[in-house]
This record gives sequence, C-alpha cells and structure tokens, in this order.
Amino acid sequence: MLTDLHVPGDSPLHRVRPLAKILGLMGLCTGVFLVDAGWLVGALGAVVLAGYALAGLAARHAWAALRPALWVLAAIFAAQVWIAGPAAAGFVVGRFGVLILAAALVTLTTRSSELVDGILAALHFAPRWVPKRRIALAISLCLRFIPLVRSVLAEIRQAQQARGLDRNLSAVLVPLVVRTLKTADEVAEAIYARSFD
Amino acid sequence: MIRLRDVHVEKDGVPILRGIDLDLTQHRIGIIGRNGSGKSTLARLLNGIETPTRGTVELDGACDRKALRRAVGFVFQNPDNQIVYPIVEEDLAFGLKNLGLPKAEIAARIDAVLERFALTPLRTCLTHQLSGGEKQMIALAGVLVMDPRMIVLDEPTTLLDLWNKRAFMAAIDALAHRVVVVSHDLDLLRGFDRVVHVEDGAIVGDGSAGAVIDDYIARSQC
Repeated sequence: MLTDLHVPGDSPLHRVRPLAKILGLMGLCTGVFLVDAGWLVGALGAVVLAGYALAGLAARHAWAALRPALWVLAAIFAAQVWIAGPAAAGFVVGRFGVLILAAALVTLTTRSSELVDGILAALHFAPRWVPKRRIALAISLCLRFIPLVRSVLAEIRQAQQARGLDRNLSAVLVPLVVRTLKTADEVAEAIYARSFD
Repeated sequence: MIRLRDVHVEKDGVPILRGIDLDLTQHRIGIIGRNGSGKSTLARLLNGIETPTRGTVELDGACDRKALRRAVGFVFQNPDNQIVYPIVEEDLAFGLKNLGLPKAEIAARIDAVLERFALTPLRTCLTHQLSGGEKQMIALAGVLVMDPRMIVLDEPTTLLDLWNKRAFMAAIDALAHRVVVVSHDLDLLRGFDRVVHVEDGAIVGDGSAGAVIDDYIARSQC
C-alpha cells in the first residue's frame, strides 16, 4: 500500500540526506551484482534488514515491499531453475529481493519531495540537455499515482464482476489503460496550470 | 481584465468554440451549457491550458500565455488529477516551487492557506487518504497559495456531497478573487453577478444569473 511508501519518523535513516541515500542505493545495487558468492548477497540482505530495524520499520513493511514482486520473482526463479539449477536460481532471486528491499527502505524513510530534491541533486552534473526537473517530477508522480491506479483497477474489477466478467482480463485491462491515459492527460494539464515548465 | 476576441477552437477539424467574444469584468461569473457544448474548453482558455485556433485571449490587453497562466488559477473537476504529491504540504509547495519562491516564503504561504481554510491538521496527511471534500479543498488551496488574480473552477462540486458542496462554495464565496465557475448546478450560480450560456461552441445567453438560467431551463423543456 502507498500508505507505507513513506513512514514518518526521526530515525538516523530518516535524517540521512536523500542524495546520500540515493547514492548509497546505487552503490548497493552495483555491489549486489558484482558479488558472486551467495553468502555475500545474504550479508547485504542482512545489512538492508538491519536498516529496517534502525529506521523503526516493522516486518510488514518489508513484506509489503516484496509481496507485489513475488510473481515476478517466482517466474525468474522457475526460469533460472530450468537454465542453471536451483542454487543459481536462489542466488539470482536473492539478489533481486535485496534490491527491492533496499529501494523500499529508501522510499519508506524519505518524503517524496525530499526524494525529488535528492534526485535533482544527483542529476546536478548531468548534461544540460537532460530534463532534470521532469525526471524528478516523473518519479514523484509515480509515487503519487500508484494508489490512484490501484483504486481505479479495483473499481473496474468490481464493475466487471457486477456484469459477470470477473475472469475476463481484457475487460479489466482495456478500461484501465484508457482511464489511466485519460488521467495522465488531465494530470499533465493540471501540472501545466500550476506553472510547471 | 481578461478579454476574448473572436476565439475559435478546433480539435481534429471539429469546431469546439466558434467566435467567442467575452470581457470578464464581473466578480462572480458562471458558465453553463449542455455536455459537450464547449464550456470546459472556454474555461481552459482562460488559464492558457487551451490555446485558440483563431482569435485572442488577452490579459490586460496583452496576449501572454505565461502571464495568463500565472494570473489565473484553475481548479479541476477531479482533485485526484490535480494533486501531484503524496503529502498535502508537499503538494501545496509544488506550484510555489515552480514560481521559484524562496523556502521561507513557501513555508509561510502554506501555513497561511492551511490556516485560512482550517486545513492545518491535514498538513502531513497522505493525499490519497483524504475524503473527496478534503481533496477538493486541498486542490483549491494549491491554487490559492500561488496568489492568482482570478480563479477558474471547472465543475468543482460535481463529485462532492451536499455538505462538502456547501462548505466548498462557502470558501469560494469568501474569496476576494474574481471567480469563474463552470457548473451544471444552477442553484450554485443563482447568486452570481453574471452567467454565460454556451451551446454548440457559441454564446447563446449572457447576462444576469436569473435571466440566463431561467432561459436555459426553458430551452431544456422544449
């Protein structure tokens, strides 16, 4: 739930500058893919979980971050078992799990406006042609509109269930995409109307 | 003052507005019309969201879209599409940051607008958890905090219950700003200084609220 995308607090992790968190996340992501020993990935995972404890977050926050990705992780696991065997599959899925938990830890301990400021700071030295403010705004919009899209999805599913179409994927996806695109147009207009250039 | 002269808007070759001439001088102006009549397009022209295919939209005699956008705030029908940040105070700061204001002034303006509408308890709330009425008030606050000269509201009460509608319109009534409201709620516009009736992209009625609304009702019964 987006309710848990940011958990207010005053922990040391909450107080760390957003730019430092973003750079730390980038470093950890790189590190996770550089190491090739399972125990090292496990150690990085333990560090991330320690971060959850340090930030005063509950196990449900970590679970909420992992849960939406379980289907994807299961698919990756199955493919890797077939390609390289169960040990390699566990290693690959472990890597992704650590990445998801680490990314969630950053969003859980950082307000979206701070995250945007941090992204802008991280993009400070990017070439002039890089649309820095637009990139930062796009990320904040993702955070804002996840629950909106989710509520639209729930609404459409209920409407289709009421019409007896509860197992029809296209009956849910088509109106969802149409409404999401229409919403995107209106949001773009609203952003323009609020003096964003 | 905003002045529209011979404004035409076409979309994909379809005329939406045809030869609109308007001088917006009154304090409270309502726009009415059937669905698809072009009234929302007309409202969007006033903030520069929409641009005329032909004709001009002038602010104090000049055609400056950026100045128009700065001078005219716009409140959309659905606040969910207007609120762009997950936390109330962050969303209120969005427009102010776009104006390049210093942090201290941004904070002061947010304090003031929250206090003005008794929204201070919502300051750190998640926007998607607010009620419909609260969201619409935050959307209005997000516009007012930018200190526009005029506010355009496109069917602002459509999604509100009776109580929230009354509270929202009381907030609008208390504003010193010039206000333009697009609405199907005729009772809402009865006390306005002027009502403009748009049909098929043209103005077919323009005058005192009572006369234009009565004519609109009479036409609907034909």
